[in-house]
Amino acid sequence: MGNNLLLIFLAAFIVNNILLMRYIGLCPFFGVSTSLTTAFGMSAAVLFVMLLATWVTWIVYHYLLLPLGLVFLRTATFILVIASLVQFVEMFLKKNFKTLYSALGIYLPLITTNCAILAVTFLVINYRYSLLQSTIFAIGTALGFALVIILFSAIRERLEFAPISRAFKGYPIAFISASLVALAFLGFVGLFKLTL
Amino acid sequence: MNQKVNRLKYLTDGIIIENPILVIMIGLCPTLATSITAKDALGMGIATSFVLICSNIVISAIRKFVPDSIRIPIFIIIISTFVTIVDYVMQAYAPTLYRVLGVFVPLIVVNCIILGRAEAFAYHHNIFDSFLDGLGKSLGFILVIGLMGIIREYLSQGSVFGIAIGPKFLISQPILFMIFPPGGFLLIGLLKAFINKFIIKSETFE
Repeated sequence: MGNNLLLIFLAAFIVNNILLMRYIGLCPFFGVSTSLTTAFGMSAAVLFVMLLATWVTWIVYHYLLLPLGLVFLRTATFILVIASLVQFVEMFLKKNFKTLYSALGIYLPLITTNCAILAVTFLVINYRYSLLQSTIFAIGTALGFALVIILFSAIRERLEFAPISRAFKGYPIAFISASLVALAFLGFVGLFKLTL
Repeated sequence: MNQKVNRLKYLTDGIIIENPILVIMIGLCPTLATSITAKDALGMGIATSFVLICSNIVISAIRKFVPDSIRIPIFIIIISTFVTIVDYVMQAYAPTLYRVLGVFVPLIVVNCIILGRAEAFAYHHNIFDSFLDGLGKSLGFILVIGLMGIIREYLSQGSVFGIAIGPKFLISQPILFMIFPPGGFLLIGLLKAFINKFIIKSETFE
């Protein structure tokens, strides 16, 4: 059982990294990864919202939608749950953590349309994970998101000062760097025999 | 006359000048994830287009009754309704495609192109204009995702839409790199650089 949980964690964290292997959550990835501070803030926000969202949607799905035969409503339900959660987190930060809020204020609404959060809530249902497994999966995914976005922001801070040809400035060089980082992560594939 | 030109502009802008993926840089996740073969890419393009056009029309039709403060949740509900329709239709009539696209079908709901157009365009324009805008942006989306699908499938399997064409060495020695995520990132980086160089001449990009 413990072994299984470790596998789920490592799979979500590195092998099937949400950004580089699954291509989910790329908009904030390229939008926020321009500096180290915002990358840290965004990762923290994603970790927090992802955990809460996974718990709430898992409970809603298994104890509300499934018994009532309303599975077809899951897309609408999940996105609404996530949107209201984000609203709640925003109000909470505004009241209690002023500095963090001023750093993250503009990114929090973006989390609503961050595919990473919604994707995790769906994947957890698709894989038929228990609540504990789902928690581990969400933590692994969020940490994987944080790892890549923080690594990548350090690269992009350097790219700012690199001599790059005009056409490649900005997004193109960021994509190509992402490609090289993804190539490194590709090396982890096949590290475990994963039965997902 | 002038108005006609304007309307045509709503349609044509989305294809190249305001291409959602390569110029505005939104909706990247499905573009990269589902462009492994031309067929999947086209399937995703059509599914997203259906949701985009329908939600644009409906949002524009009810825009006078929607209070400003709760417009975003209402948009999301409308969009997710159409996504659910696509989800179930695809499950019934194209099960193979549905299995390949997997979690990306429900994820259409968070495709920034759709919510972005609802907020920026459909909420302020009439039904016909919103339809044209949705159609134009959809064509731009399908163009890019289809192009990427064709290039990636050709380089990694030596075929397009499953039909083998061209030199044999691509079939015996395929560039498997293009199937994997690094290939997708590399290709979109090169396409964006191409757009920067030849299409957006001016200072607009950073």
